[in-house]
Amino acid sequence: MSNPATLSTNVALDAVKTDITLDGPHGPRPKPFFTPRRIILYSILFVACLYYLFPLYVMITTSFKTMPEIRFGNIFAPPIEFTGEAWSKAWSSACTGLTCQGLSPGFWNSIKILIPSVIISTAVAAVNGYGLVNWKFKGSEIFFAVLIFGSFIPYQVMLYPLVMLTREMGIFGTIPAVIMVHTIFGMPILTLLFRNYFASLPPELFKAARVDGAGFWRIFFEVMLPMSLPIVVVALILQVTGIWNDFLFGVVFAGTQNLPMTVQLNNIVNSAQGTPEYNVNMAATMLTGLVPLIVYFVSGRLFVRGVAAGAVKG
Amino acid sequence: MIDNTKTSVSIRNLSLSFGSVQVLQEMNLDVKYGEFIVLLGPSGCGKSTLLNCIAGLLDVTGGQIYISGKNVTWEEPKDRGIGMVFQSYALYPQMTVRKNLSFGLRVAGLPREEIDKRVKRASEMLQIEPLLDRKPANLSGGQRQRVAIGRALVRDVDVFLFDEPLSNLDAKLRADLRVEIKRLHQRLENTMIYVTHDQIEAMTLADRIAIMRDGIIQQLDTPHEIYNRPVNLFVAGFIGSPAMNFIKGDLKSRTFVADGVTLPIDHYAFQPGNEALNANAILGVRPEHVLVGEAANAVPVNFESEIEIVEPMGSDTIAWARIGTQEFTFRADAELNLEPGQKIRLGFDPARASVFDAASGERI
Amino acid sequence: MTDASASERQESGTARYVRQLFTRNISAKIAATPMIVTVLVIFIGCTLWTIYYSFTNSRLLPTGTFVGLDQYTRLFGTSRWNVSVWNLIWYGVFSLSFTLVIGFLLAVLMDQKIRFESAFRTIMLYPFALSFIVTGLVWQWIMNPTLGLQGTMRNLGFDWFTFDWIARSDMVIYALLIAGLWQGTGFMMVLMLAGLRGVDEEIWKASRVDGIPTWRTYLFIVLPMMRGVLVTAVVLAGSGIVRLYDLVVALTRGGPGISSEVPAKYVYDYMFTAGNIGQGLAASTMMLLTVMIIIIPWAYLEFGGRGKKS
Repeated sequence: MSNPATLSTNVALDAVKTDITLDGPHGPRPKPFFTPRRIILYSILFVACLYYLFPLYVMITTSFKTMPEIRFGNIFAPPIEFTGEAWSKAWSSACTGLTCQGLSPGFWNSIKILIPSVIISTAVAAVNGYGLVNWKFKGSEIFFAVLIFGSFIPYQVMLYPLVMLTREMGIFGTIPAVIMVHTIFGMPILTLLFRNYFASLPPELFKAARVDGAGFWRIFFEVMLPMSLPIVVVALILQVTGIWNDFLFGVVFAGTQNLPMTVQLNNIVNSAQGTPEYNVNMAATMLTGLVPLIVYFVSGRLFVRGVAAGAVKG
Repeated sequence: MIDNTKTSVSIRNLSLSFGSVQVLQEMNLDVKYGEFIVLLGPSGCGKSTLLNCIAGLLDVTGGQIYISGKNVTWEEPKDRGIGMVFQSYALYPQMTVRKNLSFGLRVAGLPREEIDKRVKRASEMLQIEPLLDRKPANLSGGQRQRVAIGRALVRDVDVFLFDEPLSNLDAKLRADLRVEIKRLHQRLENTMIYVTHDQIEAMTLADRIAIMRDGIIQQLDTPHEIYNRPVNLFVAGFIGSPAMNFIKGDLKSRTFVADGVTLPIDHYAFQPGNEALNANAILGVRPEHVLVGEAANAVPVNFESEIEIVEPMGSDTIAWARIGTQEFTFRADAELNLEPGQKIRLGFDPARASVFDAASGERI
Repeated sequence: MTDASASERQESGTARYVRQLFTRNISAKIAATPMIVTVLVIFIGCTLWTIYYSFTNSRLLPTGTFVGLDQYTRLFGTSRWNVSVWNLIWYGVFSLSFTLVIGFLLAVLMDQKIRFESAFRTIMLYPFALSFIVTGLVWQWIMNPTLGLQGTMRNLGFDWFTFDWIARSDMVIYALLIAGLWQGTGFMMVLMLAGLRGVDEEIWKASRVDGIPTWRTYLFIVLPMMRGVLVTAVVLAGSGIVRLYDLVVALTRGGPGISSEVPAKYVYDYMFTAGNIGQGLAASTMMLLTVMIIIIPWAYLEFGGRGKKS
């Protein structure tokens, strides 16, 4: 009670008491929603969104218009005579430089390339990442460093030797060649992704499994893999969009019979003879963009995580 | 030479270095069957590293490890007859408690009935039977650590290794599980090697404590000896809370002189051969061995001092005073109502004190 | 005793070495083969092969004889290559600065505790999910002088409105830029936003208590703290720029004339269309050199310094 600190606080409290009234600010601070700052902020974002959305709008509206309507020359206008003709033509009968089968063969080629490429590249990278974290061997870190460094080498540098290599292997101009190239060039980023993920898991888990007597594959399949579902999904998203959108490897390695959808699309739009049919072009473009767009809209946050995770180095 | 077949775990000249950093240096340690050894030391002293070497999770750079008489230096962890409990529990998150317990047994290819039997026995012993079909995410920290202990238990091994198993738990749970581990040890009677930085865990659990620093065992002894007769300044300072008082001064024919204050320490039990030593020395006195007020007059060393700071702890009070110009902490009964500025008589029995050589830090 | 155990240790030391080399963790070594082969054969082997054969006069097949720097002399004597290089430099400078600035500004706007944040983000990022071919073709249509944006605006009565960059050799590079920014800025925004969110909350509390204006905090406190993200952003954007190929193929096919050619397209055309492999390889080696000039200082700063510290 003779504590001087307590004493002075009491005195101060007494002095303040006289000023305390019930008027003036009380309760939560008011937060007006429409401050000038907020209005400017939302306006800028809104304009930015127009820029991002405009091409999608144009793509969709043009694809549902008829050619006469397009020649009228109003890119903003929604279709008056709403027709899906361009879509069906783009899918089944639009002409590339050579044939007139539309995009459908390209779609199926892309699927045939996509599924094995995604599975193989993800599986290889997952094993790589796991090995790099838990089963280091002499030089493993150096191999990884070169791998990451290699991801910055322009593809053009390795393109011709790879053509020769696949030719030697007898797979040039076939789908296995494309799968191989996707696995190789997907390896750096995916390995990095898996390595960082596995490194973030508590190392004791691996130690405990070793004390329990499990070996390389057993720990991978029974302990690590079941825990890595989130990162597997991220890797799948990354690879599905990446491989679907590829143009260069498809055009070089797939061979004329197996050209993926992006290459066929480019051929339809850029090498077709006769008057250009913009509605068919846009329908074809839409069709090609549909797969990654669906992946994007369905995966939402995971896609964001995927691209960010792919970008942030470890 | 010690017969390797008669000890549970023997470490012979073990050393480990990462590049140029020596983590363990020419270490020797013999653990008897059924003994509870605690490896204690500050972080970075190499205690966890040593445990990982014993487990076979780290390859050693030199030396040998024997477990139950067998040289296991190059064996895989699973072939060493050890079970291990980790600080972070390291439960496999996607497996139920039952699967977690039986994973090692399934890997080893044991028959189903045997697995079930062992899981049942372990879960009974640890009272985790109701949890068997839950996932680790649905367990509390204490429950998780019980499961982690159970995973070592089902392996039916000779040696248990604990790597700071209680550090992630709150104070109360830690005390509960400490008792649980002690009970388990008394019941199973197998060898346990336990790493911790918590001296209370070490004092309460250990048969013998190995105090480590910079990859070297400083002292290996019973908790009682370590507390009462620390071999050097490091051990003396590391064990005990609040820390031991170190008073700098000179030792001259069985008297200790610090800042002009003369302290007769005739009763001190010198190490054999050191009785007549004259040297720069440090006198170590545990705060809880200091007598206050009237009682101080009954012991050989006593002096008058002024209290500077008081820290009431509830059951007792820690106070700061001075001997000469040097800080001196002591623990007093809370009922004494000590106040800063108060003059008080303090004293201690040199027989309970420690004297160290100021140059080498070794006990005199 | 000491002698015996010492010799035993030595003997088994050799045995151990052999064992470790071949049998220890054998599964781990087998599992690492794809990575090791990729690194040695593809990333190192193929690159060296390309560099070596860029000094030959190979045409249809890589069988030519050693001609020293001939291919490089010819390369820099070719106007199409020089145009390509200048295009890449201009595109690179603009693209890099605009993506970084716009990405950062958008990220700051998104960081103002706005409503519908995820809707805004979804809209800004979706182009990143699309291929450059799709991007190029859409913008090609929008930029169509007669029926695209320009035609529409003129039809609506704005006779002065001009947006014909795609058909003008002096402006076509900005057409590429608009499409490129449309595709990539959303991603930069996401990256920067992650960087902004990664900054310690207490920095904001401290600057608020100290009364520092928000814009100053962003510019002088938060931005320097985001160094890691910024470096990543520059490296990613940079390596993307050097690879610029699909977008050009889809949007302009290098035209009008050769006014929007880029090095990656030069390489492809000489290797696979013109049948002049030596020339293509020399061009690709120059691309490699450019990337190395960007990457090596960065790698040195990022990892060289860290290596010294640890």
